[in-house]
Amino acid sequence: MSNATTYRICPRSGLQFEARAEKLILANAVAAVVFLMIGGILAIGVVLTRWPAVHWLEASTFYQVLTAHGLDMLIYWIIFFEIAVLYFCSSTLLRCRIATPRIAWFAFALMVIGAVVNNIAVYQGASSVMMTSYVPMMAAPSFYLGLILFAVGALIGCFVFLGTLVIARRERTYQGSVPLVTFGAIVACIIAVFTIVSGAIILIPTYLQSVGVVEHVDPLIYRMIWWAFGHSSQQINVAAHISIWYLVAAVVFGARPMSERVSRGAFLLYILFLQLASAHHLLADPGVSTEWKVVNTSYFMYFAVLASMIHGLTVPGAMEVAQRQKGYTKGLFEWLRKAPWGNPVFSGVFISIVGFGFLGGISGVMMGTEQLNMIIHNTIYVPGHFHATVVVGTTLSFMALTYYLIPVLFKREMIAPKLAKWQPYLFGLSMYFFCLVMMGAGTLGVSRRHWDMAFNGAAMAYEWPGAAYMMMGLVGIGGVAAIVGGAIYIYITVGSLLWGKRLESGAQSRKVTPIPPTAPAAAVQSYGSMGFVAPGTFVLAMVFLIAFVLYYFINWKYLSTLWGLS
Amino acid sequence: MSAILPPAERLWWKHPIDRVEGTWIALSFVWCMVMFLMMVLWHVYGEQNLSTETYKTAPDVFIDKTQAMVDQYTVRTETDLEIPVVAPPAGSDVYLIARLWSFWPILELEKDKTYRLHLTSLDYNHGFSLQPSNINIQVVPGYEHVLTVTPNQSGEFSIVCNEYCGLGHHMMVSRLYVR
Repeated sequence: MSNATTYRICPRSGLQFEARAEKLILANAVAAVVFLMIGGILAIGVVLTRWPAVHWLEASTFYQVLTAHGLDMLIYWIIFFEIAVLYFCSSTLLRCRIATPRIAWFAFALMVIGAVVNNIAVYQGASSVMMTSYVPMMAAPSFYLGLILFAVGALIGCFVFLGTLVIARRERTYQGSVPLVTFGAIVACIIAVFTIVSGAIILIPTYLQSVGVVEHVDPLIYRMIWWAFGHSSQQINVAAHISIWYLVAAVVFGARPMSERVSRGAFLLYILFLQLASAHHLLADPGVSTEWKVVNTSYFMYFAVLASMIHGLTVPGAMEVAQRQKGYTKGLFEWLRKAPWGNPVFSGVFISIVGFGFLGGISGVMMGTEQLNMIIHNTIYVPGHFHATVVVGTTLSFMALTYYLIPVLFKREMIAPKLAKWQPYLFGLSMYFFCLVMMGAGTLGVSRRHWDMAFNGAAMAYEWPGAAYMMMGLVGIGGVAAIVGGAIYIYITVGSLLWGKRLESGAQSRKVTPIPPTAPAAAVQSYGSMGFVAPGTFVLAMVFLIAFVLYYFINWKYLSTLWGLS
Repeated sequence: MSAILPPAERLWWKHPIDRVEGTWIALSFVWCMVMFLMMVLWHVYGEQNLSTETYKTAPDVFIDKTQAMVDQYTVRTETDLEIPVVAPPAGSDVYLIARLWSFWPILELEKDKTYRLHLTSLDYNHGFSLQPSNINIQVVPGYEHVLTVTPNQSGEFSIVCNEYCGLGHHMMVSRLYVR
C-alpha cells in the first residue's frame, strides 16, 4: 500500500487532518452517536418504570430494556467515541497518516457487527442478564459472542493507535515529547488493552459455557475478572475525558498545562493504580480477604484518587492562568465570570469537571471504602454515582468535544447554535439533580435493578419510607429532563451532519506539514496572587476538599449506628 | 505552548512545580493517607467490619444444615406458605438460604446477642439487604459466607434481595425479627 493519501489543514482550527484518518474518526463518532441515541430511547423505558407513580413497563420488558441501556451507553457509545478520540489524538494531533487504515476499517466492522449481534440477542428476550451477566445466570450464546467480537475490534483499534504513534515518531512529524492530550490518550489506550484482555479472559469461557463446552464458570471468579473489565473500562473513560478537558482548555483558552510534570505524573499514576478497582464490586462479597479488599479498593493507598484530585486542580488552573494572562485578573474569580459561558464546548466541559468531582468523585471514594460499602452495595446509590462519573464526566465531555468537532472535522456549520448553547446546562444540570436524588434514595436503601419497589405480589412486602418514594419520583423527573437534553444533542449533531451549511475544508496537500518546534513559554509566575498562579482554582479546590471530608465522615457516623458485624 | 502541542522543553519530568500545585498535592496526599488509615483503624476500633470467613458449599449440604436448625428451633410458621420462624439460641450458628425467589427460613434473633449467620445462594447471585437498617451483602452461589452479627435494635426487619435474579426478583423479600 502506497502513501496515496492527502492532508488538509482546517482553516478554522489549524489542525491537520489526513484523509483516511478523518473518515475513520467520522465513522467511529457517527456509530457512537447512533448507539447513544438507542441507549437514550431505552433510557425512557428505564426512567418511566422506576418512577413509582408511572411504573410503565412490564417486568420482563424492563429488565430487557435495562440490559440494553447499560450495554449501549456504557460500552458501545463510549468505546466507539473513544476509538475516534484515539485516532484524533494520534493522527490529527501528531499530524501523521494513520497506520494500517484497512485494518482500522476491519476493526470498525468487527465492532459494528459485535454491537449489533449483542443488541439483537438482548431484544430477542433470552438475554436479560444485565450488562454484568453474572454467571450462573446465562444469556444466549450470541450475547457473549457479540461482546467478544466488539472487544476484539476495539483491541485492534488500540493497536492501530499505537502503530500511528510509531509512524509519527519515525516520520518525524513532531519533535520532543508527544502533546499532553496525546499522552493522556496513550494512558487510556494502555488501560483499554488491559481491560479488553480481562474481558476476553472471562467472557470466552462464559461463551463456551453458554454453548455447552465448558461446564462451570465459578461465580466469584467471574465477578472478580468481569469487574477487571467492567470497572476498568470506566477508567479508560476517565483517562479519555480528562484528556478532552485538557484539549478543550487548550482550544478554548489557549491554555497550556500549568506543569507538564504534574499532569503527566498524574496520568502515570492512573496506569499504575487505576486497574485495582475491580475490588470496588467485591467489598460485600464472600471469599476475598480484608487485606486484599483494603489495598485494592483504595488503588493502593488512594494513589489514583490523588491523580484525579490533581487533574481536578490543574485543568481549571490552566484555564485560570490563561485567562489571567488575557487580563482577567480582578479578584479571585473574574477569570471564571468572564469565561465563555455561552460556548457549549467550554460550558459542557466545566459542568463536567465540577460534577465529576463533587458528585461522582466524592461518592465513588465513599462507596469504595471497605466498610462504608455495606451501606450502599447494590442500592440505587451505585447508579447514582456512576451516572455522575460516566454521564456527567464522560458523556458530557464527549458532547462538548462534538460541538468543537462539528465545524472542524464534519466541516459543517452547526445548526441551531442557540439550542446548543443551552444543551450542556439542561443535560448537565438535570443529570446533577438525577444523580443526587438517586444517591438520596440509595442512602435510604432502595435497590438498584429492581422492577417494583412496592414488591407487588410478595407475601412479606417491605414498605419503603415515603421519602424513598419521593426521591424515586424526582429520579423520574430529572431523568426525563436529561433525556430531553440528550435528544437535543443528537438533533444538533445529526442535523448538522446532514443539513448544516458546508464549510471550506482547507487546501489539500500530498505532503505532511510537520508541527513546528514549540517556542519556550514565558514564565507564568508573574500572574495571580499570594504567590499562587491560580488562586481562584485553589479556593474552589479547598471547597471541594472540605465537602469531601465532611461527607466522608458523615457516612462513617451513619455506619457506626448499624448492627455489630465482625 | 498548549496541551495539544508537544511541550517546549524536551524533558517534561524536569518542569518546575508551582506553589498551587505543590500545596494541593501535599494536601491531597495527606487526605488520601487519612482515608487509607480509616479503613485500617476501623478494623481495630470499629464495630462494623464485614467478616471474610467463607467456605465452599453445595446446595444439598447447606439445605441439610438449615433443615436441622429449622427442625430444632422453629417457634411458629408465617404466611400461607407456612414459612418457619426459627429462634435459635444466642451464640449459635444460624442459616439463611437465598434462592429463586425467596429467603428461607425466617430468623428471630435477640437484641445485643451475637450469632454466626451463614449465607448462601442455591442458584443465582442474590442480595442480602437488611432494611431499614440498610446493611447490604452479596450472596454468591457455591460459597458459604459466615457473618458474626449483633443486632442492636429490636423490631421487625425486612430482607430485600437487591441483586437482580430474574423475573421474580421484586417478590424476593422476607422478614427478620429481633426481640
